[in-house]
Amino acid sequence: MFKKILIANRGEIAVRIMRTCRLMGISTVGIYSEADKNAPHIKMADEAYLVGGPRVNESYLNIDKILEIAKETGTEAIHPGYGLLAENAAFASKCEEAGLVFIGPRPEVIARMGSKIESRKTMMQAGVLVVPGLTYPLPDADEAVKVVEEMGYPAMLKASAGGGGIGMQIVNNEAELRQAFASNQKRATDFFGDGAMYVEKYLENPRHIEIQILADNQGNTLYLWERECSIQRRHQKVVEEAPSSFIDEITRQKMGEAAVKAAKSIGYSNAGTIEFLVDSHKNFYFLEMNTRLQVEHPVTEVITGLDLVEQQIKIASGQTLDLSQADLQRQGHAIEVRIYAEDPKTFFPSPGKITKLVLPEGSEVRHELGVEEESQVTPFYDPLIAKLTVKGSNRDEAITNLQKALADYQIEGIKTNIPMLREVAAHQAFRDGDTTTNFVAKYLK
Amino acid sequence: MSKVISTMAGNVWKILVSVGDQIEEGQNVVILESMKMEIHIAAEKSGTVREIKINESEFVNEGDVLIELE
Repeated sequence: MFKKILIANRGEIAVRIMRTCRLMGISTVGIYSEADKNAPHIKMADEAYLVGGPRVNESYLNIDKILEIAKETGTEAIHPGYGLLAENAAFASKCEEAGLVFIGPRPEVIARMGSKIESRKTMMQAGVLVVPGLTYPLPDADEAVKVVEEMGYPAMLKASAGGGGIGMQIVNNEAELRQAFASNQKRATDFFGDGAMYVEKYLENPRHIEIQILADNQGNTLYLWERECSIQRRHQKVVEEAPSSFIDEITRQKMGEAAVKAAKSIGYSNAGTIEFLVDSHKNFYFLEMNTRLQVEHPVTEVITGLDLVEQQIKIASGQTLDLSQADLQRQGHAIEVRIYAEDPKTFFPSPGKITKLVLPEGSEVRHELGVEEESQVTPFYDPLIAKLTVKGSNRDEAITNLQKALADYQIEGIKTNIPMLREVAAHQAFRDGDTTTNFVAKYLK
Repeated sequence: MSKVISTMAGNVWKILVSVGDQIEEGQNVVILESMKMEIHIAAEKSGTVREIKINESEFVNEGDVLIELE
């Protein structure tokens, strides 16, 4: 087992990973930018090092500096978290070259699934149905218009290298498509270094349901059921739950088996998630694969009793999975809400200082925090500052617990989306399980 | 003279105007990037761009003067 792991991330996920390392008796190395000098993840790490200026490309994406710190500290493995370098195949390769274990799948696998376009091709070859659309990059807006005219509007224009909802936009006509092509390509180039664009047919009111998989280096692959993540704003998830109240046991099994088949076809190892869009007839279509831990992994941990970060570390150290598909049990219902530093109505970011932070307590509540009282929320990073996960013995109970917890959650000094989350939790449509990706537009004022 | 002020902390992503341009009230003059989102900053009064106080990729705080109009 590793004696020392470097966590190449920040905020709530860095804290979460370090917590498991501590439980496993593994020493932790943290990294921070100038903007994160007083961040909670730094205080939690056994040792921490400044990696650069506030912007991510000066610090958290500074591969050479991170590897230098890893080598100097005697780090044996690196956990990349999510976002940042987590799906950077070049980083994973360089870790290997430096004699460090990258906690995740092999670089070739990351590269293959990191392009949404390539991953679609791969899945089709594996016999998994994909969301109807293209499997090659669009050379320009003119080609995009030609393709969509044939396919039919509305269409979903997407950046192949995108993530976090960035670089994707629904387009209803040619004018919108042309404008969206230019702006999203620029955004994709700026944020992900890759402006390749493609289009998919826009499925009406789909549900975003994803399957968690776990695979060891020997090819043993399991599915840990699904997460329902349809409630989104700006195409970014806000509320996630496990299990999904929409799919039946047969569909659940089919999706799990499709996910395992997909993972095996690419030689996947470690934790990963296969995302599907599910239509009103319960047909499911491959959307993309995330070759890393997901933000919303806690809901799966709550219903299975497993620690996914622990599983990741064990797999990376060469251990075989000590679970089998038949062994896995699930119990109850879990809902996670993402707390963003933003205006609850306009969703505009709200950087600033947190002057008060009071958290709900109880055995049904689990917190992940990237901030504390007096923390400065800066504009350099994603607006996610905390996650709240609640459980219940069934979905109704979980929703009631969620309402109670949100009522007691107090953050002052910055704006947050907590009022919006309260509105969702109180809404009859949410209770009824009418959760499609259209939820926010349709039900919230 | 009127000033266009930044509404929040962020990075200057794009400057949409040049010195000498005639600006209408409500016209977007600068796009900031903050927490991975584009924030359009509009001029509250019409006028001619007299001076651009910032450069692209620079960091600005809430309340910083971005553009001076006359």
